Amino acid sequence: MIDSVDAAKVNPDTSQPWAELGLKNDEYESIKQILGRRPTSSELAMYSVMWSEHCSYKSSKVHLRQFGDKAPKTDALLVGIGENAGVVDIGAGWAVTFKVESHNHPSYVEPYQGAATGVGGIVRDIISMGARPIAVMDPLRFGPADAPDTRRVLPGVVAGIGGYGNCLGLPNIGGELVFDESYLGNPLVNALCIGSMKHEDIHLASAKGVGNLVVLYGARTGGDGIGGVSVLASETFDTDGPAKRPSVQVGDPFMEKLLIEATLEVLHAGLVEGIQDLGGAGISCATSELASNGEGGMHVYLDRVLLRDASLSPEEILMSESQERMCAVVTPEKIDKFMALCKKWDVEAVVIGEVTDTGRLVIEWHGEIIVDVPPRSVAHDGPVYERPFHRPSWQDALQADAPTPERLARPSTPEGIKQTLMDLISSPNLASKSWVTSQYDRYVMGNTVLAQPEDAGMIRIDEETGLGVAISTDCNSRFAKLDPYAGAQLALVESYRNISVAGAKPLAVTNCLNFGSPEDPEVMWQFAQATTGLADACLELGIPVTGGNVSFYNQTGDTPINPTPVVGVLGVIDDVDRRTPMAWDEDGDLIYILGETFDEFAGSEWAYLQGHLGGLPPKVNFPMERLLSEIMVAASRDGMITAAHDVSDGGVGVAITEMALRANKGARFWIPDNIEPFVFLFSESTARAIAVIARTEELRFTEMCAARGMSATRFGVVDSGLGADSGYPGQQVIVVDSLFTFTIDALREANEATLPALFGG
Amino acid sequence: MSARIGVVTFPGSLDDADAARAIRIAGATPVALWHGDANLHDVDAVVLPGGFSYGDYLRCGAIAKFAPVMSLIIEKAQVGLPVLGICNGFQILCESHLLPGALTRNDHQHFICVDQKLQIESTETLWTRDFSPGQQIVIPLKNGEGGYVASEATLDELFAENRVVATYVGNNPNGSYRNIAGISNKAGNVVGLMPHPEHAVEALTGPTTDGIPFFTSILKSLVGAS
Repeated sequence: MIDSVDAAKVNPDTSQPWAELGLKNDEYESIKQILGRRPTSSELAMYSVMWSEHCSYKSSKVHLRQFGDKAPKTDALLVGIGENAGVVDIGAGWAVTFKVESHNHPSYVEPYQGAATGVGGIVRDIISMGARPIAVMDPLRFGPADAPDTRRVLPGVVAGIGGYGNCLGLPNIGGELVFDESYLGNPLVNALCIGSMKHEDIHLASAKGVGNLVVLYGARTGGDGIGGVSVLASETFDTDGPAKRPSVQVGDPFMEKLLIEATLEVLHAGLVEGIQDLGGAGISCATSELASNGEGGMHVYLDRVLLRDASLSPEEILMSESQERMCAVVTPEKIDKFMALCKKWDVEAVVIGEVTDTGRLVIEWHGEIIVDVPPRSVAHDGPVYERPFHRPSWQDALQADAPTPERLARPSTPEGIKQTLMDLISSPNLASKSWVTSQYDRYVMGNTVLAQPEDAGMIRIDEETGLGVAISTDCNSRFAKLDPYAGAQLALVESYRNISVAGAKPLAVTNCLNFGSPEDPEVMWQFAQATTGLADACLELGIPVTGGNVSFYNQTGDTPINPTPVVGVLGVIDDVDRRTPMAWDEDGDLIYILGETFDEFAGSEWAYLQGHLGGLPPKVNFPMERLLSEIMVAASRDGMITAAHDVSDGGVGVAITEMALRANKGARFWIPDNIEPFVFLFSESTARAIAVIARTEELRFTEMCAARGMSATRFGVVDSGLGADSGYPGQQVIVVDSLFTFTIDALREANEATLPALFGG
Repeated sequence: MSARIGVVTFPGSLDDADAARAIRIAGATPVALWHGDANLHDVDAVVLPGGFSYGDYLRCGAIAKFAPVMSLIIEKAQVGLPVLGICNGFQILCESHLLPGALTRNDHQHFICVDQKLQIESTETLWTRDFSPGQQIVIPLKNGEGGYVASEATLDELFAENRVVATYVGNNPNGSYRNIAGISNKAGNVVGLMPHPEHAVEALTGPTTDGIPFFTSILKSLVGAS
């Protein structure tokens, strides 16, 4: 029995499952108010998914406004927040679009498909802007590396990302892999995609032109992923573990590949007036958003939708999150050409409706009207909550528990310091990630200039000029737990620095804000602090937020994850040929530390290894971050620098180890005056980088630093011939004067053995 | 006029643009060939690039051999058309029986992407004459189903007839029998290679430029033949 609009008028008191669909009582009441009657079951389905936290941002909206209100003035932003993804001008007629999204809960329930469809979803966001996807990245966070559940989830997630991304032909150029107890019951699987296009190819999601046709194309609609956003993404897991498998979608990367090619071809042929991908909330989302952004009305014949399962009800069709589908608005004159190009790529397409100016989204099912709503009320005018928040009662005590030498014993002997470095580089968080990254194709498309383990991923956009982009994502969630305002800023400055040390100029920001339940006032406080911190920091650094994603309800039971505002920064480089790699090369090149090192260990990798979390995170210094960025870009442009590396997790000790491993060439170091070796090697002070300078450029470089007020201290020299004198003839070694000597082979073994030992060869 | 080398695009081809770039860098003219179009557009040689041809949910390359363009390529290859199959292209050549044996799932069950050291075993094919015998090179390897298998008799024959084009040096990355990374047909015009020379043609984007000789070899072969 179809629940039509007429039936809803006749039977106003029919009991409806609004609570089971995730709606609150007052939300159900306001739907009735908007419609002047009870919703039909199809309308209820649409509102329930579109008003879910995941789609409506109802708890986060009031805080996210700051990204627009405080946005720095910039000419670079061609399309801002609110579209599928922001678009940034990178010069020479080229534009770039990028975005990061979460697929946390689906990946916990079904790691392979959850992670795979996370890649698929973000890629469709990028193609719906008119861009060709050119790279992906995956920031991942799991429970302790040796926890049984991490061994269940991680291999599946990595295989899913690889299985989907590799089959699409998108290079995976970086990301993050972090282990922390707080993610044991709720791992984080974020996916970032970047796309490039010429300015004239930018497309938006709007249904313009009365009488234009609405085409659904791509995979057929099936019963998978029904209620994914309302049930999975907008609720907390029960402590008895995941049991929501049918809500997870199943991916078909080959279909997505066809969809990319077909979409780019119809866009470039000028056949499309408006376009929208189908992700969370499926047809409900696509039709209501297209109508709401366009002429305001749309008439849809839902029974025309091609189905994988003929028994699906209209409510299920509206809510299905079947993957690899897109919706386009096409003029009647161009529809034949559109259909022909779909056929060329073996993509099924069907006209499901047309654009109207009635101000209503009307959906028919075999002649009966089952939906008749104002589209804005579904897509944009959902509920907005000013959730209560307050500073957690434990915050002060946490901040007071600083890792002073009295509180946390520090190694003071050379042996102790040597062991500390070994412990750090073999710890899961700092160990080589190649077990993961070697399962991803980083070469496809032939434009990958830098990829993991480099500071930033870098992609050539224009083969003629060498114009390219760099991208990095970062977040130390321990810093964010200690101080969410500063933690979000620290994530931004680290990502900003990673772009700069590679020689690119930071341009724009995206984010994926992963938090616990917004219904918990302490979590809401963390969220409010983090968004304010990030918005303030973007203003300080002069780079705008172009878009992003909020993921709430990341908790099991009452224990939320550490606040995890993952920040991605995009940079531009006019010629990728002058990129700065992290590996030194020439014997005799001089190694400098830029910036000042303070005694800052709260939230550091060293403190984490000691099982300690407390104190205040490292101080943020925006003027110094900006200066460091300008110096790194200038040094690259003027050919002064041969290698560079950001100093962050694990401090200088870990940074020089990573450079040596990448170079497979030794170097000699000494500890600068007036600083304790332990502090110099392992503190995580910000606004620092290691720069490797050719001897002939030393004077020019140090004069530039001095003139601009950047502290630059020489503390090492590249030397491939140290082995013989240090008792390791024929081997490459790292020597830190009067502290320790390591062979690079020994460092490599410690660094590379950890993940294979945990997750299998 | 420079040699025309076709690059076939199946719907799921991924490295077709890379193959075309490598051909350009070597000094030839790449010509796009479409899987559904039974027309070779007068090309002098063909590259079957890496990717997932038709999704490859069945056996890799099993459907691709039935593509309209493949019937022509199979026919012409048997009478001397030079064909290089890379990765998925190698799988398609085996499925098409232009080359013996088969490619199976990597023995460790994971997709793997590494900079792989190879030894060039045969410089007698049309695609490897610019190498010197025994030369060691490093080019990317990236596959999920790259384990080369064949009967003992076939393997013996391949080695005896100098048809093993390249072998893996050091670790065997995918469980290939006798470390085989690439083979040729008896005539030496058809070569299948699991690693990706087209990803090692620019110092900027590849681990090396060791892949270039595969493409300059065919140019010299074509000039010598004409």
